[in-house]
Amino acid sequence: MKIAGLDVGSRAIKLVVLQKGECILKKEVATGFDYVQEVQTLLEEIQPHKTLVTGYGRHLLAQHMGFEHVTEIKAHAKGVHNLFAEVRTILDIGGQDTKAISLNPNGRVHSFVMNDRCAAGTGRFLEAMATSLGCSIIELNALALRGSNDFSINSTCTVFAETEVISLKAQGANPADVARAIFKSIAQRAASLLNRLSINPPLCFCGGVARNKALVQELKAMLHMPVLVPEQPEFTGALGAALLASMT
Amino acid sequence: MQTYEEMWRNLGLNLDAHEGLLKALSGFYSSIYASQKNRPNAMKYFDFVISEVHGLRIKELQEAKAQGKKVIGTFCVFVPEELILAADGVCIGLCAGAEAGFELAEQYLPKNTCGLIKSFFGFKLARLCPYANSCDLVVGETTCDGKKKAYELFNEFQPVHVMEVPQTKSENAKSLFHSEVMRFKERLEALTGTKITAERLQKTIQIVNNKRRALNRLNELRAAPIPPISGLDSLLINQIAFYDDPVRFTNAVNELCDELEERIKNNVGVARGDTVRILMSGCPMAIPNWKIPAIVEGTEAVIVGEESCVGVRNTRNTVAEGCKDVNEMLKAITERYFQIDCATFTPNTERLNHIVEMAETLKANGVIHYAIQFCQPYTIESKRVEDMLASKGIPLLRLETDYSMQDVEALKTRIEAFKELISP
Ligand code: SF4
Ligand code: SF4
Repeated sequence: MKIAGLDVGSRAIKLVVLQKGECILKKEVATGFDYVQEVQTLLEEIQPHKTLVTGYGRHLLAQHMGFEHVTEIKAHAKGVHNLFAEVRTILDIGGQDTKAISLNPNGRVHSFVMNDRCAAGTGRFLEAMATSLGCSIIELNALALRGSNDFSINSTCTVFAETEVISLKAQGANPADVARAIFKSIAQRAASLLNRLSINPPLCFCGGVARNKALVQELKAMLHMPVLVPEQPEFTGALGAALLASMT
Repeated sequence: MQTYEEMWRNLGLNLDAHEGLLKALSGFYSSIYASQKNRPNAMKYFDFVISEVHGLRIKELQEAKAQGKKVIGTFCVFVPEELILAADGVCIGLCAGAEAGFELAEQYLPKNTCGLIKSFFGFKLARLCPYANSCDLVVGETTCDGKKKAYELFNEFQPVHVMEVPQTKSENAKSLFHSEVMRFKERLEALTGTKITAERLQKTIQIVNNKRRALNRLNELRAAPIPPISGLDSLLINQIAFYDDPVRFTNAVNELCDELEERIKNNVGVARGDTVRILMSGCPMAIPNWKIPAIVEGTEAVIVGEESCVGVRNTRNTVAEGCKDVNEMLKAITERYFQIDCATFTPNTERLNHIVEMAETLKANGVIHYAIQFCQPYTIESKRVEDMLASKGIPLLRLETDYSMQDVEALKTRIEAFKELISP
């Protein structure tokens, strides 16, 4: 019996398929305009017996395809607990929001906070910053790993932060140092969100943005606690959804 | 279908923009309210009243004015309605619950002003509110800084009488408020030419008390294990309380309560007995601010109470009856209004205790604290609410949002995750 977990995010659709408790497929496609159609295509060849959906598109899919749905909070908690049973705190940075979740020792959600409406500190913020430095996110990460700790970006607003990056560039700052400052500012935002919860170690950092090693380093330094990153951090939500589906 | 165009034109409304507003409002209303299941029959009255919000009720106001009555608009539950009625005035709570005319409002007010204040400016400047334009006097109060300073500007468009509402509950503060109640009485008498006599005031104290009793009866019935009425409908009723004729409204609420009692007896309701129950607490939700309740009840949770000015903060206490003369009555009015636990007071511990008490009697699984973005009193106080509820083991979700629809998806995620967390 195939069981599918779908995480329909603002940037990408992630799919995890389980069979007899084993993960047999992970797939990611970009979220387009008609994501109901995209999901239908994705699932066509798999024909899962059961599908559970999470993420920002969950309501539309539940409505169109009759899937059950849960929030990303619950899905991430489940997925992360499955990967690292000892984790007590989760940071998830996705395309347009950031979530901090604290877990009970048994893996259940204890409390959570999300960023306010602005995109600062999210994947979109990172994209905008990379663009203003004229590089890709992958390049930005590579740059930052070589950067010094000389600068910081103080604005929490994407628009103002862009201005800061441009003016640092104009002052002739080394792009690597600026890149590091960008990741530091995201880590700061994340840390302040996390500090609104009472957080326990260890922390798991998931969501697509967790692929950036430069950010993981900043977080470790800032939070003084071990930070675990799943091998494919963008799939924890979909994995959690699939696991929840197989429980019911 | 009656047309009110002539009346709206005479009131100086911008007819095109106003038509757009009414269309949006009725679309919004039907998308939210029509999808509700198993509503009580007696909601028909309130549906009718809201459908005529800019129609029949405005016509009634014009008729009252033609008879020489004065229309007085208020923005806060600290303004004693019984005095307005005793002076033969009509009392209208001006609503300000929609994002309208914000660009115009921002020519006067900073961007980071709360939506409620921007909205009452916006409605006025964009010439959209037939209520504001029917008012012979608008009453402001010195509650939060935003409103306090905004009334100075508003006074340029329309006369505003500002009542000084103190910031603490000391004896001195109370006597100040008492003198403000007296000053308001004089202002009303001067405006309407009607003397507020003991006989008149006694009667209107009763009228307003009866309205509060009916609403409190409604609120108590919501403690039933099978919720007999939705939070959206209850909120609507509390909103209508601010502008409908008080006696007619009271009768309609009591009729509804009779029906709800029947429902409870027969185990009929709007949701199953194991539905997640939410208590809303915080800033007032003026018409048509149904955003959060619609999301909450859209997740199949039910709202069982509103700890808010459009809710129990407005109805909880009554004015002592049986006073002999006007002076005693004014004292009783002062006493009653001075108990209001608004976040503009410091400290405001009564409110914290009251939230706990409500959560317990209504058997709420959790509390959602709602603050309008940029409202300092309530956003700051929400930390104390959080600490208080944590000490009692009552789960809390704090939300801060404005009137726009941009953050609906993010709010849905938060509210659903909160529901997942507190589901029994
Ligand atoms: S919240 Fe305070 S200031 Fe606002 S209407 Fe209520 S009592 Fe008045
Ligand atoms: S919501 Fe807050 S800021 Fe706005 S008028 Fe009321 S008390 Fe003032």
